[in-house]
Amino acid sequence: MVYLTRKAEFSASHYYHNPEFSPEENRRVFGKCNNPNGHGHNYTLEVTVKGEVDPQSGFVVDLKDLKEVLNQEVLDAFDHRFLNKEVPEFLDRIPTTENLAIAVWQRLAPKLKAAQLHRVRVYETPDLFVDFYGEA
Amino acid sequence: MKAYLTRRYLFSASHRLHNPAMSAEQNRSTYGKCNNPHGHGHNYVLEISVSGQVNQATGMVCNLVELDTFVQNAILERYGHENLNMLPEFGHKVPTTENLCMTIYEILQRGFVLAHLERVKLEETMMNSFEYAGEGNRMIS
Repeated sequence: MVYLTRKAEFSASHYYHNPEFSPEENRRVFGKCNNPNGHGHNYTLEVTVKGEVDPQSGFVVDLKDLKEVLNQEVLDAFDHRFLNKEVPEFLDRIPTTENLAIAVWQRLAPKLKAAQLHRVRVYETPDLFVDFYGEA
Repeated sequence: MKAYLTRRYLFSASHRLHNPAMSAEQNRSTYGKCNNPHGHGHNYVLEISVSGQVNQATGMVCNLVELDTFVQNAILERYGHENLNMLPEFGHKVPTTENLCMTIYEILQRGFVLAHLERVKLEETMMNSFEYAGEGNRMIS
């Protein structure tokens, strides 16, 4: 079994708000991130897949295919978007880094053919990242 | 759904690696430059990983402000700009980065209850780092 990791970057804006909370509760729980006008990050995404090395190609996965799926399923949808308003998952789910990692997993897992998704890591900043390994 | 959250922090401290139970020569051969009696310092990068179910209402494993506040009060203020050898926990323990990493793990394990502690990683320089996930625990990567 070999693990392969592909990185990508996207920039997007978001804010944290739960409509079931009072305005005070939203401010208390989410602090500055509750500003309804949003704020942005340069996200770095790391997608790790695993599989046996194909004896013919020497690949775990064709990187071109992985890149295409990543572009179509994730980057085209997230890059330069206001996540709360433009990405369907986040119309009713708060676009925290945790939920972003889960959403990336859910978008990629059904589309990957040769290799199996192992880990999705989303960096919100270089000092904060979330890992998701699928539903435990 | 279970997710893993990792946060990085920075602090600077000095230390000297020296074991009084060993001879001067043994100390020099074991610790090399790190045995210099005047000590030396590092910019340590501390990486803390916690895990838990993502709370449906907040979308979070745990509130970062609460993690940051705990780490600030219990770790960064304790070790930042200190000489580690002067601290009680290193009175009888050499302040190697291994021991500091395990000590920080214990502080978090005892005091931070809002998420499950997975792992503590401590970078002493850009070229070397140490990780501890508790006794007998395997690290997930």
